[in-house]
This record gives sequence, structure tokens and C-alpha cells, in this order.
Amino acid sequence: LAAYRTDEGQPWVLPVVKKVEQMIANDNSLNHEYLPILGLPEFRANASRIALGDDSPAIKENRIGSVQSLGGTGALRIGAEFLRRWYNGNNNTATPVYISIPSWENHNSVFVDAGFKDIRSYHYWDAAKRGLDLQGMLDDMEKAPEFSIFILHACAHNPTGTDPTPDQWKQIAAVMKRRLLFPFFDSAYQGFASGSLDKDAWAVRYFVSEGFELFCAQSFSKNFGLYNERVGNLTVVGKDADNVQRVLSQMEKIVRTTWSNPPSQGARIVATTLSSPQLFAEWKDNVKTMADRVLLMRSELRSRLESLGTPGTWNHITEQIGMFSFTGLNPKQVEYMIKEKHIYLMASGRINMCGLTTKNLDYVAKSIHEAVTK
Amino acid sequence: SSWWSHVEMGPPDPILGVTEAFKRDTNSKKMNLGVGAYRDDNGKPYVLSCVRKAEAMIASKKMDKEYLPIAGLADFTRASAELALGENNEAFKSGRYVTVQGISGTGSLRIGANFLQRFFKSSRDVYLPKPSWGNHTPIFRDAGLQLQAYRYYDPKTCSLDFSGAMDDISKIPEKSIILLHACAHNPTGVDPRQEQWKELAAVVKKRNLLVYFDMAYQGFASGDINRDAWAVRHFIEQGINVLLSQSYAKNMGLYGERAGAFTVICSDAEEAKRVESQLKILIRPMYSNPPLNGARIASVILNTPDLRKEWLVEVKGMADRIISMRTQLVSNLKKEGSSHNWQHITDQIGMFCFTGLKPEQVERLIKEFSIYMTKDGRISVAGVTSGNVGYLAHAIHQVTK
Repeated sequence: LAAYRTDEGQPWVLPVVKKVEQMIANDNSLNHEYLPILGLPEFRANASRIALGDDSPAIKENRIGSVQSLGGTGALRIGAEFLRRWYNGNNNTATPVYISIPSWENHNSVFVDAGFKDIRSYHYWDAAKRGLDLQGMLDDMEKAPEFSIFILHACAHNPTGTDPTPDQWKQIAAVMKRRLLFPFFDSAYQGFASGSLDKDAWAVRYFVSEGFELFCAQSFSKNFGLYNERVGNLTVVGKDADNVQRVLSQMEKIVRTTWSNPPSQGARIVATTLSSPQLFAEWKDNVKTMADRVLLMRSELRSRLESLGTPGTWNHITEQIGMFSFTGLNPKQVEYMIKEKHIYLMASGRINMCGLTTKNLDYVAKSIHEAVTK
Repeated sequence: SSWWSHVEMGPPDPILGVTEAFKRDTNSKKMNLGVGAYRDDNGKPYVLSCVRKAEAMIASKKMDKEYLPIAGLADFTRASAELALGENNEAFKSGRYVTVQGISGTGSLRIGANFLQRFFKSSRDVYLPKPSWGNHTPIFRDAGLQLQAYRYYDPKTCSLDFSGAMDDISKIPEKSIILLHACAHNPTGVDPRQEQWKELAAVVKKRNLLVYFDMAYQGFASGDINRDAWAVRHFIEQGINVLLSQSYAKNMGLYGERAGAFTVICSDAEEAKRVESQLKILIRPMYSNPPLNGARIASVILNTPDLRKEWLVEVKGMADRIISMRTQLVSNLKKEGSSHNWQHITDQIGMFCFTGLKPEQVERLIKEFSIYMTKDGRISVAGVTSGNVGYLAHAIHQVTK
């Protein structure tokens, strides 16, 4: 599983997290009582506010809801279970669900296990130009049956690291609106991708401003480094408060038979951090530290490859964003990297940028060069 | 217009409703007997001392926050199996079991339910005792199974309808799934005696039923972890390969940390490995991997001899307080002059007590005395204190005399 690493190749517990954990440990008024079914209220409100923005019209109009979930996966699952029961009719397991190709491999299983029978792919990665296949994506959306569900990566697409530009998102939104397609955002890297929470949430917020009803599954695993505490949130944006209230009441029933109520430790850490201006500022700083290191590794790797004169173009390494990069290496080249150079990447050529350090950059660059030139 | 115009408002949670009404009540004598969480003799939540010590130990180690494996914290799952089965249990020693970490009792039950739906093709029917925990039915239903019932509670005697249970169970179609509460039956507090468990094991074996134990109160029922696990261990010794769900919510007071475990007793270690691989495939699309905090606390307690000793004392302390409140309630009812037989209050065990009160009587308790409980007459004895047991007895007497 992918997690951030420091330049020493070590896991990193965010300083603000350590601080808040100490605060929690010292607070004798706290206990281990059950959280409400939908989660810690201060967590839910703050988590959704982070995704949608302080000045979100949806929040102002009181038409948002939140479900604290077990990580981003849990949020996806609750959303998927709800959609299967209540979207496009009642218990309509035939509603097509579109997942990008490629995508995080667990997306498919989440929707299959939630009961959907028709999982399809939409074009996304253009291997030839090593970028977004926008036209393919838009074509798939035009051809998709009305009311189809589309899983969209809010930022830092996993595994390609390739995101649509704002203009491209506008085109995507226009087609989805016209074709009555449902946007289900997966936001696992807000802040972690560009270093800016607002920038990384641009697509979600744009869709909200365009009047969409949508779901956004949020993970705080990476941007808070709280991987094993399973901190996630499903943000629901609806037409009005009444609709959202009914949706949440049904999501509550789903939660009750899945995990009853969510774990409190991680949510407390996030809620405490997000609701204190000082801690919030510290957190943003910690997030930027992580994002900047990854961005630095990207630019350093690219410049080394260009200096070595490695055949091909390498700008995609800095144009891509987030934890992963689709290097463009083919299976044979990947095998060479693994077998001869002991550098582990996926068969797809996906590399985890967090694995790069100032110490191994030269070695990795040289190895890629060899793999491509041999 | 909205995608959700046709979405119905979900029904209000009955137990939540009790708490909400309680919160609104301004009567200083009010009592919340709907709560399914332990309270100390001051009516306050109780964080176990061994839990605080475990937390301090964990904090001092400054561990990282890396993902757990899908099946959870290994030290925790192994210790959970040992706690339930006993260190001398043959199934445990031979390794012919798999235990995965679950999201407390509910999550563990759900993993098992999903596993049965996918791999147990002999039957879609799960037989629950009548009554059972309210959440059992929707858990199994959402997993795609069907619910049936066997007689269990006798409202005339407020105790076990043993002959009814044996009669019904002996007629359950072979290879159906039967759910049993290992101890401290929720909501009635009525448990079979050991001789009755022996007969239940025999009939279940004869009918070739798949047994699923829900053990949410080990240690919390009698105060003795071995005694509370007796039924589970007896069934395994009789060659019944049970499924088991465990919760640490009550016995370690870890409610909101969601520490639990799901176990399958298998034919051999090789089968256990195959089962484990399939459980992981079920878990990954639910929440990927489980939360660490509660499991780590429980693991440190179970695996640190001093803390384990302390825990056993504390869990007995909680069980003893509950037993003492039952005793005091009965003696106070006698003092009030009640002529009814209240023996079932002390015969029953665990957090809950089926008082035998009728809905109209419950209604009066709520309205006239600000004593809140669910309509079925179930009280959480954990909500009773030496300070309010007299008031409770007085009120019950008033509505039943």
C-alpha cells in the first residue's frame, strides 16, 4: 500500500498530529464512548468544509451532508451501497458504473460488492502521448446511458498522476450535465497533490457551482498521515436540505449494518486540528512539506533524465501530480528495472514518487536510462 | 429536481429515540436505562485503568501510523482467539482457525454474514433466537441472507423457554445457519445453564447446523472470562466448527474504538489459510484495512501479563456491580411491598434485563417518573446506581401494583 516517505525513506507522523495526540492523551475529560452512527459532528462538518470550501454555496444553503467513514474506501462503499439502493429507481443494480481505465484497482470491487452488475470503463490514459485521453473520455460520456455513475478522481489520479486541467474539467462537467450523469468523486489526496487544499479541490467545487448533486469520498490517510486510523468522510451535496436529510437517514441505516458507528481516535485528531486556526495552519504547512518533497523529486528525476539524454520525452513526470507517476516504461523495461536494478515498480510502469530520495535519485535515473536504451 | 426525491426518510432508531427524549427531560431524578454502555456507580462512563496504562505505554513507543494488514493487527487477532478459545483449546493450538480483526461486534458479524452469503451454499437461512439484538436482522439481511427464528425467551416466566428452543431447533432444516449468543443474551439477559448448552450442542450437531456465536460480553457477564466462553469452547470440543464474532466494546470499555474480531474454526490450518484469503477479499472493498487504535490497546492489555491481570479484576468489577444492582433492585422491590416474583431480575445476566413490564407500564415509567427504557421493557442495568436503585424500585412498584 502506498504511503508517504521522508527523504530518509521513513514513514512520517505529522508534527501537528503528534501535538494533537498529546493534547488528546492529556485530556482526562475524554473517554471511549460510542460516536453517533454518522460520526463525530465536529469532524463531519470540518471535513466537508475542507472539500467544499469555506464559502461554498452548498454549505451556505445548508444542502450538504457528511458521513464519517472508515477511510476513503469506507466512504466509497457507503456511497456505493446507497446508490445501489436509491439511485435511478429502487435497488437498480443495472445502473452502469464507469471507472477510468486505469484506476485504483479496488474501485471495481467496491461497486461490485455493493451490488452493481454493470461496471464499465471510460477512456482516460493515452499511452502514446502519455497524457489524458480527453476526447476518449468525453466520447464515453456522450455514449453512456443517461443516469450512469462516473467515478472521478478529484486530483492526483491514481495510478497515472494525470489530471484534467480546469478547462478540461469544464468540458467534462458540461457533458455530464447534459447527459444526466452522476459524479462520484474520489478525493484521496487533497493538499497532498499540489500543496494547496483549494487547488486540489477545484474540480469538486466547480461541479458544485454548476449545480450538480454529487458524492465526494474523502480520505485523510495521506494528507494527515493517519493511514491506520481509517479516517474518511463521505460528503453529500444535494438540491436542498430536505433531500440531503432523507439521504443521510438512509445512509445511517447502511452504516448501522456495516460498522454501527465509526472509530473515534482519528476523527478526533482531524476535528481538533481543523477547528483550531493555529493547528489548521500548522497542518497546511505539514501537508505542503509532503507535497513539496514529492514535487522536488519529480523535477529532480526529470532533469536527470533530460541531462542523461534518455530517449523520449520526460515532461510528463513533472506534469503529473501526486504520489504516483506513469513513467511510460513498457513491461520489458519494467522487468529490467525490477530484476537487474532492484527498483520496484508496477507492471504498468507506475512508480511511487514517495520512494524517491535525494540519495537514490541518481541511481533511479541511471536505471531508467539503461532500461530504455538497452 | 433532485435525484433523491423518492428517497424515504429512514425510521428513527428506537434506542436513539429513548436517549433523545431522556436528554430533553428536565426532571432531576431522570434515569436513562436505554443506554447500552457501562456506567459506574456515579452514572459516569468508565475508562478502565488498564486501558489508560496501555495507552500510556503505546504513546511512549511513538509508533508510526502505517496501514495495518487487511486482516488486522496480528498480535491482537491471535490474542483474541486465545481469549475466546482458551490457550489449551485443541483448535487454537493446532492453528486450525483464522481470526481477522473486525469493526467491533457489528463489523465482525457483518464479515461473517458476507462470508456465509458468498461461500455457504447449503442454505440462505439464519436462525435467530426470539428475541435477538435488533441489529442482527438487518445485518444478515443486508448481507443477502434470510432470517428465521427459534423460540428462546418465555415471557410468562421471564426466563429460557428451553423445551421450546429444543423443539424448534430439532426441526431446523439441516445445514441451516443458527446464531447463538455465547453469554449475556441481548436483550433478555437469559442464558442457558451448562447442562442446557450440552443438550443444545447435541441437537445442533444432530441437525448438522452451521453455528455462529455472537460473543459481545466475555468477562462482562459472570465476571469470569472462562465461564462466559464455556459454551463456545464446549461446542468446539464437540467437534462443531463454529464461527465467532467478538467485541471489546463492553468488556474493555473500548466502545468507540471499534475493536472486534471474527473467527472461523476450520478443519485444518491449510483450510484456515484459504478461508483467510477469502475474508481479506471481502474486507478490502469494505474499508481496506481496520483501525489500529482500539486493537492495539486490547492487544497490549491481553499480551502484557500485569495489564491482563488488572483487566480481569476490572472486568469482574464491572460485572459485580451489575450483579449487585440486580440484587439491590429485587430487595428494594420487596421493601416497596411488591408481591410480584422478581427473581428473573437476578437470574438474568449481563448488561440487560427483560423486566417483564408491559408497554403501558413502560409508558408510565417514562411519563410519570422520567425513567427511560425501550418499549419491550428492557433495562440496561448498567444505568442503575446505588443512588437511584431505590427510586427505580419505587417507580416499578407504582406501575405494577
